[in-house]
Amino acid sequence: MTTGFGLPVFHGVAIGPAVVYRKAQRILPVPSGDPAVEQAKFDAALETAREQLTALFEKAKKDIGEEHAAIVEVQLLMLDDLDYLDGVAMAIEGGAAAAIAALDTGEEFAQVFAAMDDEYMKARSADIRDMSHRLYDILCGAGGFQLPSEGSFLLVAEDLAPSETIQLPRERILAFLTRQGSSSSHTAILARTLNIPSLVQSDIPLEVAEDCKILAVDGFTGTWYADPDEETLAVLRKKQAEAAAARNALEAYRGKESITKGGRKILLAANIGSPEDAVDAIKADAEGVGLMRSEFLYLGRDSLPTEDELFEAYKKVAEIMGHRPVVIRTLDIGADKQVSYMGLEKEENPALGLRGLRICLTREEIFRPQLRAIYRASAYGHLNVMFPMVASVWELKAAKALCANVRAELEAEGVPTRDVPIGVMVETPAAAVLAHELAKEADFFSVGTNDLTQYTLAVDRQNAKLGEFYDPYHPALLALMAHIAKAANEAGIWAGICGELGADPKMQEKFIEMGYTELSMAAGRILETRKLVCESEL
Amino acid sequence: MKEFKHVIQDPMGLHARPAGMLVKACAGYASTITLVAPTGKADAKRLMGIMRLAAKQGMELTFTVEGADEEKAAAELQAFLAANL
Repeated sequence: MTTGFGLPVFHGVAIGPAVVYRKAQRILPVPSGDPAVEQAKFDAALETAREQLTALFEKAKKDIGEEHAAIVEVQLLMLDDLDYLDGVAMAIEGGAAAAIAALDTGEEFAQVFAAMDDEYMKARSADIRDMSHRLYDILCGAGGFQLPSEGSFLLVAEDLAPSETIQLPRERILAFLTRQGSSSSHTAILARTLNIPSLVQSDIPLEVAEDCKILAVDGFTGTWYADPDEETLAVLRKKQAEAAAARNALEAYRGKESITKGGRKILLAANIGSPEDAVDAIKADAEGVGLMRSEFLYLGRDSLPTEDELFEAYKKVAEIMGHRPVVIRTLDIGADKQVSYMGLEKEENPALGLRGLRICLTREEIFRPQLRAIYRASAYGHLNVMFPMVASVWELKAAKALCANVRAELEAEGVPTRDVPIGVMVETPAAAVLAHELAKEADFFSVGTNDLTQYTLAVDRQNAKLGEFYDPYHPALLALMAHIAKAANEAGIWAGICGELGADPKMQEKFIEMGYTELSMAAGRILETRKLVCESEL
Repeated sequence: MKEFKHVIQDPMGLHARPAGMLVKACAGYASTITLVAPTGKADAKRLMGIMRLAAKQGMELTFTVEGADEEKAAAELQAFLAANL
């Protein structure tokens, strides 16, 4: 048995096999400069890809049925498509290396399909990309990372980027263990969304995780055990059963109103990143969505999502949530979430750089489709829109003017829309100080405590070494939060909290006392918060 | 030159899998096989071209077969379409 520690980001106990995630190492081979040589390399890669896909097809047919295997079969067929092969041959003839020719030709075809009107054919662009990336990987000698095709596991990694976490089969992951990351990193947020015990900044060597048969994580104490002995295992299993029993006890609060003994009605909402999360939010009995992080629609891809794609996602969320309110935060790319295709310059200090509403106001071609999508989807539910990184009143006014313009444009086109309340995500100290002024222009406030803490205390939240200085209970922060709630109450608008602090049981009563009427958190925290609210004397 | 028509029966339309089967069925003939749908025209031996037609159930497809083995190809292709599409 080997054991060690990490920073727990969600409680609970997980026991199971470990899978180590390693980034694929792709080394672009030096092009030979000879088209005949490159073509031969491509032909060989084609043969390897055919073998891989055939094996995958046979396995899929056996394991998950003929229907699903058809997806693999389509890729096998595409591999032999004459248009694709001709395209690659032409690129190679034109001097391209085999790997680049395979990738670029695939991308060309994928884009043709992505632009089609037909939803089914549109979706095939993913198959084409998958197929051409397979060839590219083979030509670059990438071993790559292979997830086990079935069964649940604990995922161990050096670190996980947001674009990597969104591609994971979430229903099969029992826990995350990363060697880096902080309690507000995206892996941590995902762990809380999925309600799985997880450790960040853990000291587990990847080789140990790779070699062990069973890995166990105790999210209460922040301990991991590789190949735990019988005694330890028995203790952990007992803890696991107790945690499950505690969860069951909370079920009594399902469907209940969240109201304090003094009659304060609190809206308990979920933070989500995708329509998939909205389903989890409903399962967790959320009364709404207090924060939909829209940037996940922009990550893990190589071009901007289209207005229609955004519309479909928002519409789905609006429909899933039904009569419950949904707050969509507009794009907050920049800082720790960068996307290559937007062509943003590298910044010395991205947290203070071109991010959030700042990008949106300077790049209307990015912002306008998102606003149009939100207004189009507004007809299907109760959508609200909220702008991140506001520091000045003029920014909010400019964004509001654009909203009005977009809505008028849609109405002129005969597209039905509804009123979409417009709010400010209060996360800069400037916005907090100016809360009285902003409250005249906004329909609601939602405090993003993670960024408000980092900006108020001047502590980088991504820097693990600063952990002890990142104090979310700092009196300066709490003074700002009280000020924000007061300004909102005086102006007659609602104020909520959508950062991690909103889910902190040590703080929730204090926030309710300050005048906050909405708390938005990871879906898994809803029921325990409802218990706390209902038991509060306030 | 042989020409014949076929109305798509498959509720999914001419999606990837039947398109792939069609390509495979056509690949064995020396004849040039062209396919015209209301949405466009494609070489029946080229998968992506056929998929790009996004042909749906109820659409009429016109096949033109031209070459040394056109008789055999047209007859067998018609049987294939009746059974699969």
